[in-house]
Amino acid sequence: MRQLFDADTWREIFQSIGKNKLRTFLTMLGVFIGIYIYIVLSGASQGLDNGFEKQFQTIARNSLFVFGSSTSKPYAGFKTGRRIQLKLSDVDALQQQLPEIMAIAPRNVNGFFGSAPGIIKRGVKIGNYSVFGDFPAFTKIATKKIYDGGRFINDEDIEQERKVCVIGERTQKELFDKDENPIGGYIAIEDVNFQVVGVHKFAGGGPFDNDSDIFIPFTTYTKLYNTGDNVSWFAIAAYDDVDVVQVEKDIKATLRRIHKVDPTDEKAIASFNLGAIFKKIFGFANGLTFLSLIVGIATILAGVIGIGNILLISVKERTKELGVRRALGATPAEVRNQILIESLFLTLLAGIIGIIMGALTLKLIDVFTQDVDIPYTNPTVPIPYVIGSLLLMVALGVLIGLIPAQRAVSIKPIDALREE
Amino acid sequence: MIEIKDLHKSYKMGSNSLHVLKGINFSVEEGELVAIMGSSGSGKSTLLNILGMLDELDEGSYTLDNVPIKDLNETKAAQYRNKFLGFIFQSFNLINYKSALENVALPLYYQRVGRKERQEKALKYLEQVGLKEWATHLPSELSGGQKQRVAIARAMAAEPKVLLADEPTGALDSTTSYEVMDLIQKINDAGNTILVVTHEEDIAQMCKRIVHLKDGVIVEDKKVKQVRASEYV
Repeated sequence: MRQLFDADTWREIFQSIGKNKLRTFLTMLGVFIGIYIYIVLSGASQGLDNGFEKQFQTIARNSLFVFGSSTSKPYAGFKTGRRIQLKLSDVDALQQQLPEIMAIAPRNVNGFFGSAPGIIKRGVKIGNYSVFGDFPAFTKIATKKIYDGGRFINDEDIEQERKVCVIGERTQKELFDKDENPIGGYIAIEDVNFQVVGVHKFAGGGPFDNDSDIFIPFTTYTKLYNTGDNVSWFAIAAYDDVDVVQVEKDIKATLRRIHKVDPTDEKAIASFNLGAIFKKIFGFANGLTFLSLIVGIATILAGVIGIGNILLISVKERTKELGVRRALGATPAEVRNQILIESLFLTLLAGIIGIIMGALTLKLIDVFTQDVDIPYTNPTVPIPYVIGSLLLMVALGVLIGLIPAQRAVSIKPIDALREE
Repeated sequence: MIEIKDLHKSYKMGSNSLHVLKGINFSVEEGELVAIMGSSGSGKSTLLNILGMLDELDEGSYTLDNVPIKDLNETKAAQYRNKFLGFIFQSFNLINYKSALENVALPLYYQRVGRKERQEKALKYLEQVGLKEWATHLPSELSGGQKQRVAIARAMAAEPKVLLADEPTGALDSTTSYEVMDLIQKINDAGNTILVVTHEEDIAQMCKRIVHLKDGVIVEDKKVKQVRASEYV
């Protein structure tokens, strides 16, 4: 310890590693590359992870979409090929029987599934846009960012079947003038006037999402398009801690029962499980993090072994010098510590340079991918990981340094000094 | 200063045992300048190694400055070497990446002397051997004689009880050899005890006492009239 904090020790160490600069450089290169790769890889996978997270931040992790399809088996007197139409009344049944469901939002839409999009007019401007009939509960599944001054559809809109709408950014651009405030303005949907109550900011993620979507209260939609209590599909979010695949199965089983479908008929109720896909994507990102950890540690290990190797050679080269030092009064402990500190110093220095260069590289990647459409955000390496890798290097540096240090101590001064 | 009684040393060479020192009795007073002579294989280097605590004795006793030297572990031996002994080698053994001054200061480093004091002392000894202006030079920039003078300064820097010189002139031409011997004589004049291992008669004659070794025993131990090296320089 005394030796570690002694300026003279360090002067000795700088001298001995400075006398062969190329070798010192090459020695450090191994560890440097190891930690560099580790930092860049794990930072990049973290960036990917953050990127996915950002990409899907507007939609609940455990969400899925369920819609009716055609039966593939005859059941209870019904023929095969019967079209299943989801009903508003299914919501209560699902919510009662499946407590795992956090929110369920029945939705209707035109512009998909072969139906024509709504015809929207404003003065002389006219356009075709998808119109959604929605409940406020939808925002629990997919958050809709509404621009200042506006709001999404609320419960009173539903109750009173108000003719209000939330329009998309593009809809605003195309139907309103640039300096015109759309909030409070009117647009005509299928020749019925609707008051604009909000403009939503487009954020991709969910299916069918578009920057021109128009949302109106579900009840109003029902009247406007005469859809009765039909529902195009359910957007459902399960609680975070439940198995979304199992919930999906339960929901479909419940719906099959309600709609008198053969319990083994897999085709009648179709679904799209976003939660399961998220799981795979984040599983992939986690796998990448794990992989980079393995690769990083392996490369650091290889680098540290390289340091040990070079020091071993260096000790052999310095046999005579070490013998002279011993003759002049260096104790075995002093010789051993010197080699150990050299090993430790080289490892740490290379490691720290590697961390700094790795961080710079990550920053550079971040800057260059700023405007590129790939899921990659804020690539960082968690500080505990950095500290962990530094500790690992210290441990490995000391451990591997012990080999050449022991070799140095085992040199007897008399053998080292013997004239050739 | 040095007291050796009935010293035996043998080396194992495979299945054979080589009996190198066969009962040496030998003592050195303070301020003596002793030449140890003998042909190769006579055991003179082994004797010097044991005196220098670089090697252990098998039998007998060794007392240095009233301290019995026995059962030393490496750490103790290193401390004793540092405290009691200064080494001068045939091939100088300077550390090639350290300047003359740093080489001289090295034993003081292991004595934990502070850096400033170390440098002052080292410079003082370099001045004594006439190499003050060469303090910042690397060994590779010095001549053989200069290197040996640096090595002598290094041996003296720790202010040891005894200087041990193993063929100090062995790698030098005769003029340089005499210069080095002149230096050694002057150091001895100042009261230092010095042992010189040599096989050169003229070098031995420059000491005050000659001990002849042959086949592991002392065959002759005589005081001589010292030839001053300065006469030749």
